[in-house]
Amino acid sequence: MSADPTQVLAFETDCHIFDGCGFPAPGLHSFLFEPLWGNPDSNLYFNKPMLLALLGSIIVVGFFWAAFRKPKVVPGKLQMVAEAGYDFIRRGVVYETIGKKEGEKYVPLVVSLFFFIWMMNLWSIIPVAQFPVTSIIAYPMVLALIVYVLWVSLTFKRHGFVGAFKNFTGYDKSLGPVLPLAMFIEFLSNLIVRPFTHAVRLFANMFAGHTLLLLFTIASWYLLNGIGIAYAGVSFIMVIVMTAFELFIQALQAYVFVLLTCTFIQGALAEHH
Amino acid sequence: MSPLLNIAAEETQNPLVPPLPELVIGLIAFVIVFGLLAWKLLPNINKVLEERRESIEGGIEKAEAAQTEAQSVLEQYKAQLAEARHEAARLRQEAQEQGATLIAEMRAEGQRQREEIIAAGHAQIEADRKAAALTLRQDVGRLATDLAGKLVGESLDDHARQSRTIDRFLDELEEKAEASR
Repeated sequence: MSADPTQVLAFETDCHIFDGCGFPAPGLHSFLFEPLWGNPDSNLYFNKPMLLALLGSIIVVGFFWAAFRKPKVVPGKLQMVAEAGYDFIRRGVVYETIGKKEGEKYVPLVVSLFFFIWMMNLWSIIPVAQFPVTSIIAYPMVLALIVYVLWVSLTFKRHGFVGAFKNFTGYDKSLGPVLPLAMFIEFLSNLIVRPFTHAVRLFANMFAGHTLLLLFTIASWYLLNGIGIAYAGVSFIMVIVMTAFELFIQALQAYVFVLLTCTFIQGALAEHH
Repeated sequence: MSPLLNIAAEETQNPLVPPLPELVIGLIAFVIVFGLLAWKLLPNINKVLEERRESIEGGIEKAEAAQTEAQSVLEQYKAQLAEARHEAARLRQEAQEQGATLIAEMRAEGQRQREEIIAAGHAQIEADRKAAALTLRQDVGRLATDLAGKLVGESLDDHARQSRTIDRFLDELEEKAEASR
């Protein structure tokens, strides 16, 4: 098993500088996992990110279950914390962008999205797990797809076919002869690029964060030989700094994702002018 | 390189292409969260938040009602106090007036009594003086007659004449006294 770099932890390589072996740099292979169960060829398998995804959703549900199952008018500590998080998303994100009246309907979706994504990101720095599920494109893509479907159907429902088309293409007569080009670009930007960037923004941030953490973690171990020990110390400090930074980025990216979600929904509900 | 890694390497040439099973698991994981939150947990907390808001507003209303009541009671009390003060002032004024009349009456009464006493005194003195004068006149007449009789050596007859002479003398004396007074 130790020959397979996809499953090797940094300290298992047993390879140090001046030992005559190269630096086991992290790469795409760091994001591949041998299935815990099943055969990867058959599409019927179960690997670590899947386990973390399901565990994460159980944790999120468990947290809110414990906090909100029997909520009290005078809240306990746990309920208070959960309420603060809920209120932050509801007021700070949904009401701010969509408005209280129209936004109320989308609060459960946005709250679920935020805490789900945050949990998936948080796996990155939780010991033993140490892998952000959202650095696998499939997970952000599913979430972006849900938002995309909601956004497109809302636009059609609200504006009718022609209105939705105008909405997607940013139809504006005053543009004159440039109008067809502008419409083409807008159409491409809204319907094709937007959902893609929505998913990739989250994915790429988590991917890069995890790679950085891996890089410094592996380096700390790799440099632990001879004069390299001093450099290993620096690298280890970077691991701690990057972990703190990732903690921030994880919350920020979850926030950005739901903020964009709300902006899209608001765009679909807004009157076209 | 193991065969597994080869397959993996082929698959990972593009990290932006998602494998289907992970999409499915991702969807399931999110649906679990969304389903439970939207179906039960968030409506739960919304209800409680609403209740809390209402109870807070109810508390505020109660407090406001209590304050209004306290205010009205205070005003009532103040009005009563002012009335009582006014009443007391009125009574005091009345008492003062009554006292003043009483004193004036008593003073007048005293004055009257004093004058009566004085008048009575004067009358008494006058009567006494008249009686004394009368007695004196008789005594003086008799003494003068006796003295004159002894000086003359005989009893002076003609009492009636004597009397007239003495009376005239005494009247003259009295007139002199009156004139000198």
